[in-house]
Amino acid sequence: MTKAPRKAPKKEQKQVETTGHSWDGIEEYNNPLPRWWLWTFYGCIVFALGYMVAYPAWPLLDRATPGVLGFSTRADVEKEIKRFEEINAGIEKKLAETDITEVAQDPELKHYASQAGAAVFRTWCIQCHGAGGQGAKGFPNLLDDEWLWGGDIENIHTTITHGVRSEADDETRTGEMPAWADVLEPDELLAVVEYVLSFNQRDANAKLVEAGKVVFEDNCSGCHGEDAKGNIDVGAPNLTNAIWLYGGTREDIMETVSHGRGGVMPNWNARLSEADIKAVAFYVHGLGGGQ
Amino acid sequence: MSSTDSAPKLYEAREPVFPRRVRGRFRTLKWIVMAVALGVYYITPWIRWDRGPNLPDQAVLIDLANRRFYFFMIEIWPHEFYFVAGLLIMAGLGLFLFTSALGRVWCGYACPQTVWTDLYILVERWIEGDRNARIRLWRSPWNLKKIRLRLFKWTVWLLIAVATGGAWVFYFTDAPTLLHNLLSGTAHPVAYTTIFVLTATTFTFGGFMREQVCIYMCPWPRIQAAMMDEDTLTVGYRHWRGEPRGKRRKGADVEGLGDCIDCNACVNVCPMGIDIRDGQQLECITCALCIDACDDVMEKIGKPRGLIDYLALSDEPLERAGNPPRPVWKHIFRLRTMIYTALWAAVGLALVVALFMRSEIDIRVSPVRNPTYVMLSDGSVRNTYDVRLRNMHGEDRDFALSLKADEPLKLSIEGEDDLIVNVPADTTGQLRVYVTAPPDSPAAHRERTPIRIWVEDMKNHVRDYKDTIFNGKPQ
Repeated sequence: MTKAPRKAPKKEQKQVETTGHSWDGIEEYNNPLPRWWLWTFYGCIVFALGYMVAYPAWPLLDRATPGVLGFSTRADVEKEIKRFEEINAGIEKKLAETDITEVAQDPELKHYASQAGAAVFRTWCIQCHGAGGQGAKGFPNLLDDEWLWGGDIENIHTTITHGVRSEADDETRTGEMPAWADVLEPDELLAVVEYVLSFNQRDANAKLVEAGKVVFEDNCSGCHGEDAKGNIDVGAPNLTNAIWLYGGTREDIMETVSHGRGGVMPNWNARLSEADIKAVAFYVHGLGGGQ
Repeated sequence: MSSTDSAPKLYEAREPVFPRRVRGRFRTLKWIVMAVALGVYYITPWIRWDRGPNLPDQAVLIDLANRRFYFFMIEIWPHEFYFVAGLLIMAGLGLFLFTSALGRVWCGYACPQTVWTDLYILVERWIEGDRNARIRLWRSPWNLKKIRLRLFKWTVWLLIAVATGGAWVFYFTDAPTLLHNLLSGTAHPVAYTTIFVLTATTFTFGGFMREQVCIYMCPWPRIQAAMMDEDTLTVGYRHWRGEPRGKRRKGADVEGLGDCIDCNACVNVCPMGIDIRDGQQLECITCALCIDACDDVMEKIGKPRGLIDYLALSDEPLERAGNPPRPVWKHIFRLRTMIYTALWAAVGLALVVALFMRSEIDIRVSPVRNPTYVMLSDGSVRNTYDVRLRNMHGEDRDFALSLKADEPLKLSIEGEDDLIVNVPADTTGQLRVYVTAPPDSPAAHRERTPIRIWVEDMKNHVRDYKDTIFNGKPQ
């Protein structure tokens, strides 16, 4: 192998300039960026300056500089919502004017009500009734067939519109489970709890059941009925079935009887439009429990 | 690096190519391929195919708005997109197969770039004359004649380009309606934009960029080299027969010269502007026009044809020794091509089988798991399922649901009194379906009970099912 000449190339052959440095005879060409590249770079800077003026750019303490074009994603969303409100205005009006029992007969209304109702439900109802409508202790399950205030679509619509024990609405559903510990003696309480337990063929003290029956007929049957099957006019639950809003154990029932219950549901006519209320009533009725 | 020449230019101006007219078997074959390809492209969207009252009657239609693809009797739904993937895989394998057997035949005959460039050159020759006339016109300064010819040529090119982009959009919506809308100016802006873009690309690619598209833009030439081997039949020059080349002049010494008379006929007809006698090269699209040109010359001077020919590198030693090359079929039927063919056929077969085995109805069952079960007042336990029924027919159909389980479970549908639902033509019906276990039945208290939901088309009694799980309330 021949050793490469360490002589620097002759100057006169060069058309490309070197940087002027020399390390052990090695020189470096000075090839600048291609012009188009450089101009693209300058162009980007100019664009960025213009962008900063036109659009929100510099972060301030609580917001960013607004930009002269007034661009705002929030305003865009508002515009978008308004656009859809305008698109749906016709059918919303139709839904608001249609009797709730006749919504299911119109395929277009039915489709809209079930979709819109699901959206309303997800926004306003799931906090108490759960994402699937399954409820929780003290918050009714909307999927089953037990309805304190009636499970046909008109009753559901009324309950949503005026709420339950909602002070802000004069037409609200009212009914009260008092605290019987203030009225009954402790042995009467024990007896009536045994009596209620006996409806479900559960182990109950037969002697106490006898006594409890008398207590029940004197105090409870006014709302819950002689047969204890409840009354939807006052929201008194059926005590003979498998569903217990506040729990069905002996302790749960004792607590309910002693201290009373009075769950509240807001009157949604204060917050939702009539079309929204109808839509969510239709949706809830279609969850499986509707009668 | 001791030489310091000026930096290479980043842009090299195109050397114009003026292919001369040629006649011969490959040229004829190319005309036929072009006629068939353009014919299929322009006519297909206008073929009608009756599918019943609710479905489009266009034989080939890509209905993006409704997410359907129609191809004669076949209708592809979005969930069957694997058919398209399969066809693309077949196209890929087919390209491998043809390239390993016959080199770049796709490039030379069937590629849209080749077909449209060929068409544009035909127009160019018709308006401006053959090679020499075109070169003269190119060199001449701008005068009335040149302007007239150029404008005429560009106008015809533009019309072809518009027709090309115009035909494309017909594949995506009903062709007669769209044509009417396009002409009356009421078509969707996307249609006009598409036509405009395709017109622009056709016009520049076919008219001005031509071979540059193949050389600089297309990735395929660079991949193909890996698929060709020494047995691949491709366009080549028998240099052992042609060299040393030399012109036959009267009185000159022709002793020791090869068959090539250096007439440049092969170079003049080449649309890529290359000399095939330099050997295989990236630019060559194997359009075989040089074969036709050379054969013509060989016949005229009384030599055997085939100085430029479809040949394989592996035959060179044989031919140098004076033997005939191996027969064509031996080059084509090789292990490699057989494997490609087998793979291609396997994918094709799988697609055909899938096509005939796909069920006409489709049931999807997704259990609602929020909550997993609901306790009813009489103590029975109920599960909810979101069921989707796909009616792939062109008419409304009634479907009956039924349940198969080892236990007395009860099926019901939200909002329906019975178990029969009507699904409109060509849509998917969505149902909320309940399965209820009676109180104290084993299923009501078992964590998981397997069940099977059946659907039956009430018209033709085709059945389908989905297996799912019933969740009880554990005690």
